[in-house]
Amino acid sequence: MGKWTRRAFISAGVLTSGVVIFGVAVRPGNRADKVRDLIAKDDESVFNVWVKIAPDNTVTAILPHAEMGQGVHTTLAMMLAEELDADWDRLEVAEAPADKEYANYALGKGFVLGDADVPAFLIDTIDGVFLTIMQAMDMQITGGSSSVPMTGQQGMRVAGAATRAVLLEAAAKSWNVPVAELSASKSQVRHEKSARTAPYSEFAQQAAALSLPPKPRLKTPDEFTLLGTDVQRIDIPAKVNGSAMFGLDATPPGMKYATVKASPVFGTNVQSVNEASIQAMPGIRKVINLGDAVAVVADGYWQAKQALDRLEVKFEENGNETVEQSEIYHQFATDMDAATANNDEIADLEIGDARNALAGADTVIEAEYRVPYLAHAAMEPMNCTAWVHDDICEIWTGTQNPLGFAAEVANALEMDLENVHLNNAYLGGGFGRRAFPDYTIQAAKIAAEVAYPVKLIWSREEDMRHDHYRQASVSRFTAGLDGDGKTTAWINQYVDKYDPVEAPYPPYDIDNQYIHYAESGTHVPWGFWRSVDHSLHAFFTESFIDEVAIAAGEDPYQYRHNMLAGQPRIQKVLDLAAEKSNWDQPLPENWGRGIAVHKSFGTIVAQVVEVEVVAGKVFPRRVTCAVDAGFAMHPDGMKAQMESGIIYGLTAALYSDISIRHGAVAQSNFHDYEMLRMNESPEIETYIINSGEKIGGAGEPGTPAIAPALVNAIYNATRKRIRELPVKMHDLTLDDLESKDVA
Amino acid sequence: MIKLNVNGKIHDVEVDPSTPLLWVIREQLGLTGTKFGCGISQCGACTVHLNGTPIRSCVTPVQAAVDQLITTIEGVKTYDDELHPVQQAWIDEQVPQCGYCQSGQIMSAIALLDSNPSPTDVDIDNAMSGNICRCGTYPRIRRGIKRAALAIEASGENEESING
Ligand code: FES
Ligand code: FES
Repeated sequence: MGKWTRRAFISAGVLTSGVVIFGVAVRPGNRADKVRDLIAKDDESVFNVWVKIAPDNTVTAILPHAEMGQGVHTTLAMMLAEELDADWDRLEVAEAPADKEYANYALGKGFVLGDADVPAFLIDTIDGVFLTIMQAMDMQITGGSSSVPMTGQQGMRVAGAATRAVLLEAAAKSWNVPVAELSASKSQVRHEKSARTAPYSEFAQQAAALSLPPKPRLKTPDEFTLLGTDVQRIDIPAKVNGSAMFGLDATPPGMKYATVKASPVFGTNVQSVNEASIQAMPGIRKVINLGDAVAVVADGYWQAKQALDRLEVKFEENGNETVEQSEIYHQFATDMDAATANNDEIADLEIGDARNALAGADTVIEAEYRVPYLAHAAMEPMNCTAWVHDDICEIWTGTQNPLGFAAEVANALEMDLENVHLNNAYLGGGFGRRAFPDYTIQAAKIAAEVAYPVKLIWSREEDMRHDHYRQASVSRFTAGLDGDGKTTAWINQYVDKYDPVEAPYPPYDIDNQYIHYAESGTHVPWGFWRSVDHSLHAFFTESFIDEVAIAAGEDPYQYRHNMLAGQPRIQKVLDLAAEKSNWDQPLPENWGRGIAVHKSFGTIVAQVVEVEVVAGKVFPRRVTCAVDAGFAMHPDGMKAQMESGIIYGLTAALYSDISIRHGAVAQSNFHDYEMLRMNESPEIETYIINSGEKIGGAGEPGTPAIAPALVNAIYNATRKRIRELPVKMHDLTLDDLESKDVA
Repeated sequence: MIKLNVNGKIHDVEVDPSTPLLWVIREQLGLTGTKFGCGISQCGACTVHLNGTPIRSCVTPVQAAVDQLITTIEGVKTYDDELHPVQQAWIDEQVPQCGYCQSGQIMSAIALLDSNPSPTDVDIDNAMSGNICRCGTYPRIRRGIKRAALAIEASGENEESING
């Protein structure tokens, strides 16, 4: 392949079976400069999207993203079918496997080999570069929020439209009529004048010989017949009868089971293992020292788990055994102070002259917020099945990055990537966790030591204690208000910046802003957690602006509204949420209402939460959500993602707290890392705005605004301002309504 | 040798009698629809029916299930082999997201409707709060249960699940 000269590179081919395929490979849109450089250097395609048309006229969409519950298979297939005018009821979907050959866009080469008649996608992830790329790209891999805007808009729709164009061209030739006289629907070509209709499959072979238009015309939203409708999700029937296959469900012949225990204190190795301590236990096959963890292989998971619990293991010490959560917060504060004292502040955003504006302000408001580490706690604990045989390694798992995982396994086992065959399953939740390959590498290393397939299952405790956590952080604000209560200065310092860049920036018209941060590393591994940095900064900024509004003596909604004159799109979403929530209607005693708005991954979300506080316990009763993602391809799917993001965010805000004790994670399972449950689940109404602006994501943007909307509602109900999450740590008994702010 | 009656079929399994039923169902019987989520009776992913009552199979020793009627998600079809009204309602309301918790949710919901054909919101809270859904499908589960209740009522004869 030569250098890319076009945005989309398209070609086609005929397979021996008579199946015709059309492919489009698309370069990524660039979000971070680092990433652009990494990718621009090679000729790899980031997305390969493929359409197959079989002789019986079945259309198959081959999708380069993992289904983790966000409905991405359905939405991407809809985008392809829309442009292709394919028959939705007969459309099939397959997920592309992780195979480097296909990532090379090697159409015709390897594509027709054996049963592997499907291609793959993804960045060249060899040499461990993938982690850097992945981190820089912030869940670009399958982050639920990027699949539709990126792959869907640039890949699926282009592929569908280009394929339709050549099919019509071939039909026009075959019937000897002008192509302009042809129309298409439901995988059929129609020539009205001669009243002829024929299935796509009739022209597929000839079409494959034509060159695909690199920039086919895409439909405008008023031409859509499928997009914007609520088709049923294609993955759901298998998820109501137990037949959906998750990573945990892989069952190669002769499989045994393993479970692991890694050093509780991050970053230390196994010092000694006393195998004699479990010798007498039944069903034990092998004890394997993995360096930083120890694994027990047994005939069944239960046997492995029982033995591992009894196994005497000593871990080395690395000095982190004494680290406590309070010290981490203390370190953050010290590093923030030091940054300021030593002129080491790292500027993030500077608009106007915030210090000067502050000096001239009528009123100054200050507050400090903090948030804890968070675990992903996907419902399906980390697991992976691996089988090393005949110089190959087969992997069955659920991953957000199939090719990256395969590359990591190849590295770990010193194998060629083409000898690692990774089968991706449904993900029992991802939320960013399944972009980290640790569990898959462990499984491969274990499998390399035995002669049979092994299913590695992490206990929930291991899953909770060896996550890549959402970072803990502290954020300090100082705002200056003029005589009219308008914010004229905004100064914000926080700890550690990751991604996306814009997460800490308030959307409001504030003339003078200075946002900066200090770095303060810890030994706790961090990772992408649903919405990444947005998950903390929305809480910080949208809580603080609420404080500012109240200090200015204004209604929190109106105050925001007035400061969004320069952001009419955001203002509209805010207004819709307020209106639909009946913002001005009084609430019963002990109830409160709070609002927040935040833009992330190109999508604007505003939420109003109503809470009831009963005997100090907070019940979110109702959430009104307004969302503008440009255009909702699958409105019910968009609503489902908002509901999911809201409950995920409420769970975190109310309950979630991963804290470090003696260098290790103190929490272990759902009894001490609690989840929102049915009895606490609010009513949720979602209202969609199709603004026609650039398409944004859906999987993550529902999460950021919900925590601040919740604490703002709690303030409204109790006059207690929560500045540290989770809410459960605060005393909210209503005996003293005049009581001071907490935290 | 332990004899188990699962979804109307008798199986002989060779396991330590203290092994949790969950692992016997998954590993010995190969019925993988029942999931592992926590192992300590906190999440409900492993819910199956024992004589029609929902139990957490991750903490139920297999010996406690001997000579009892065990039903898993694979066995909840109605007599005429169609989807159970709860499963149909789950499709109609588009309940599942990742789907991992849903076998357990459906088992809890079926048990609820078997004993209480027209549950109130509080009844639903009480019956379903032992089942965690990390994807947050609770509002749809609630709607699904109500829809299934109506469907069962409309069908006249409360179609029972095999062990219902
Ligand atoms: S796995 Fe049994 S309740 Fe969680
Ligand atoms: S659907 Fe994912 S945990 Fe419930």
